Amino acid sequence: MTSLTPSTLAELADAVRSSPRVIAVGAGTKPRLSQVADEFVRISTAKLRGIVEYEPSEFTFTALAGTPLAEIVAALGERGQYLPFDPILAEAGATLGGTIAAGLSGPGRWRFGGLRDFILGVQFVDGEGRLLRLGGKVVKNAAGFDVPKFFVGSAGRFGVMAEITFKVFPRPAALRTLRLDAVDDAAKLALLTAAANTRWELDALDAAVDQPAVFARVGGPPAALDAIVAEILGKFPGVEPARAEADRFWRGIAEFRWAHANGTLAKLALTPAQVPEFNAWLRAQTDARGWVSGGGNVGYVSLPAGARLAHSRWPGVTLRGDGPLWLGPKPRFEIMRTVKAALDPENRFPSLDE
Amino acid sequence: MFQSEGVTASAPNPDLLRRLAAVVPPGRVLEGAAPLAAYESDGLTAFQATPLAVVVPETQDEVIALVRFCAAEKLPFVARGSGTSLSGGSLPFAGGIVIALNRLNKILRLDPAQRIAVVEPGVINLAVTAAAQPHGLHYAPDPSSQSICTIGGNVAFNAGGAHCLKYGMTSNHVLGLKAVLATGEVVEFGGASREQIGPDWTGLFVGNEGLFGIALEITLQLLPRAEMFHTVLAGYRTLEQAGDAVTAIVASGLLPGAIEIMDALALEAAVAAVHADYPPGCEAVLIVELEGPREVVAVDRGRLDAILAASKPVEVRPARDAAERLAIWKGRKSAFSAVGRLSPDFIVQDGVVPRRRLGEALRKINAWSREMGVRCANVFHAGDGNLHPLILYDGREPGALHRAEELAGKILRMCIEMGGSITGEHGVGMEKREYLPAMFGPEEIACMKRLRAAFDPHGIANPGKMFPVDGAPALSQHGLHSLEKAGVISRE
Ligand SMILES: Cc1cc2nc3c(=O)[nH]c(=O)nc-3n(C[C@H](O)[C@H](O)[C@H](O)COP(=O)(O)OP(=O)(O)OC[C@H]3O[C@@H](n4cnc5c(N)ncnc54)[C@H](O)[C@@H]3O)c2cc1C
Repeated sequence: MTSLTPSTLAELADAVRSSPRVIAVGAGTKPRLSQVADEFVRISTAKLRGIVEYEPSEFTFTALAGTPLAEIVAALGERGQYLPFDPILAEAGATLGGTIAAGLSGPGRWRFGGLRDFILGVQFVDGEGRLLRLGGKVVKNAAGFDVPKFFVGSAGRFGVMAEITFKVFPRPAALRTLRLDAVDDAAKLALLTAAANTRWELDALDAAVDQPAVFARVGGPPAALDAIVAEILGKFPGVEPARAEADRFWRGIAEFRWAHANGTLAKLALTPAQVPEFNAWLRAQTDARGWVSGGGNVGYVSLPAGARLAHSRWPGVTLRGDGPLWLGPKPRFEIMRTVKAALDPENRFPSLDE
Repeated sequence: MFQSEGVTASAPNPDLLRRLAAVVPPGRVLEGAAPLAAYESDGLTAFQATPLAVVVPETQDEVIALVRFCAAEKLPFVARGSGTSLSGGSLPFAGGIVIALNRLNKILRLDPAQRIAVVEPGVINLAVTAAAQPHGLHYAPDPSSQSICTIGGNVAFNAGGAHCLKYGMTSNHVLGLKAVLATGEVVEFGGASREQIGPDWTGLFVGNEGLFGIALEITLQLLPRAEMFHTVLAGYRTLEQAGDAVTAIVASGLLPGAIEIMDALALEAAVAAVHADYPPGCEAVLIVELEGPREVVAVDRGRLDAILAASKPVEVRPARDAAERLAIWKGRKSAFSAVGRLSPDFIVQDGVVPRRRLGEALRKINAWSREMGVRCANVFHAGDGNLHPLILYDGREPGALHRAEELAGKILRMCIEMGGSITGEHGVGMEKREYLPAMFGPEEIACMKRLRAAFDPHGIANPGKMFPVDGAPALSQHGLHSLEKAGVISRE
């Protein structure tokens, strides 16, 4: 298996042209996305790292695709800003490009939307080795087709990202986390639904599968949060863990610490109403673990090493471990083939189902 | 008349019309001068084209049958919602057909528990919020034309509004859609989940300016209505001071729902039109709106007050109740139509500059305006750097239009040079297609053309828009939309 590590954008374009079959790889935290035949030359983005532009007053930054999320989170944090969707696997070393390709957003996606709602522009190398820049570098732009969004979740099948521009927000001054009681799946659904339409503007709303609990987070000025927290606990019994414990808890969620160490991990797209069914399905599988995020719109499944997830009722993507890349219903239309041909006519990158 | 992509206008062909009529139930095809006249242009009134026919389908299946007929005949079609596009997006193609979607106006599903609405493309933007309101929900994207424009048109143009910095554009609220592509293929992208699996096809479709196909069914996310609003109006001696106040607000870590600025000419017009009341002696007015849970607004409000007090305002006027808030917004929303009334003709521009360069951009616009003797009013979304300069002229005066267009062009080129965009929300359409190459290189444009060809190999869906055409004249908006003249809508 050959691997190339370009350190300039020109070298990146050359690397794409160097072989009839190539695929980009980041830090390898979602290895299933790039688990393709050995004939594919791996193009590592390890040396394409760094924040190219960061203008806090614009609420935007531009970074190279191989930039570790942790570096971005730290740089934004110094200026009191953040990516509100809670980038996933930052501590594990995940890169910006890999996170976009996997389409992964953390619990914070609940308040202002996921990764797709913050990406503004992308520079990428297409299947013919051209370096192209689409979208924009300002927070508002309606010129041209929205190719940056298309790259979200595209698993490296349509191009290699080189540089990406994101919108960022000011970070709330304080966050408070609540562990709310939900005795069974019906109670979880009821809580997720009720909490989603309140005046509180929750920041995150996740649910455990194997514990009778829903986790809510609210952000804002510290002085404002006491009354809101009291009101939430008045309506939904529960407890407020200490701050250090809460921080550890959310980091654990963002790093999948609850999942099997070397097992299979997959993300599924749900609707809140499907959460009870998802939980029941998960419990029916031997040794499966799971987590519900995004107010019941995202389900994660983990299986021990060697086990594979063969079926799913819900559309999903396997992030690591064995099993098919795409899970569940996956509508395939002719347009998906023709768009692939438009961006990668010689099929240099793997096809969607390869 | 314009042509492109190998599609050419041909003389009306009675046989073609007969076969077209056979595709849909009787009564759907409008022909003849009178009914067609209503569809000859859109919000960009300077341009008119007469279509071969206008078809008003009533069901999704009829739309699919029509698009498949067009694909088989290589007959150009232009989808149309309410025709409020300000960039000529829904201008007909001479010799092609217009597919008017206003009768596909059903809200198919409204699920307050999941906070989604599934709607047909002809549903009016404001109707979604009206339906959601009893459940404490609303549909966030709020273009000023929201009482009249359709969700299909919003999806095609990725419409914005006054709340984009915090809530994003149309695209950020579309979870999935069903569409008939220009090839005749019917596709479904995304769905009711807020999470996407695989490439974001929905995201790629939104903002396609009618060049990919016709959206038939759109799944929208609804948001809880903010519990409390706090709206402040602050007057300043100079535009620059207002701009500095915006910079200070943004730097403070506040995230207001809206930050808007109006300049002297816009203020004068709003006073004349709706008797808006502003602090005297101001060259600029800043409007800031905070929203959220009452406890959060109470704290943020204290911070905002302190920032504004330090920003050398002439006067700061917080809205004390809902009526005062509405009055502030009424002045703001009426500004453009009001300015339009000061002058027989005008050109509206829509460009974006990096927010930190707003002051510099406005200084340049004012200097050019004085130098060229062309009056220009500025009303804009300061929070996201989205300028809407309104350039006034009198078409009866020789050379006036030319000078106005020259200023409009200078402003757009400045937006690009500053690293911004040629459009924040009105789209490229007909109006700005000649500017696309100033923002994207030939390779990027070729890439977008290949994408377009993937969706529409024959170039029949809204041909002539977005991409530059050799030798075509630069276009612009002149005067008020007929609905504005009637007072039905106003613009931002
Ligand atoms: C007074 C005024 C104020 C405005 N304010 C704003 C504003 O604040 N923000 C903003 O963003 N815009 C604004 N606009 C512009 C305009 O209202 C928007 O672009 C709107 O989205 C157009 O909707 P429509 O239904 O009128 O679409 P139309 O003008 O009929 O069509 C617009 C485009 O959409 C395509 N289209 C329509 N329906 C479909 C469909 N179902 N599938 C695929 N393509 C379709 C058409 O082919 C055309 O290219 C304003 C316009 C006016 C006149």
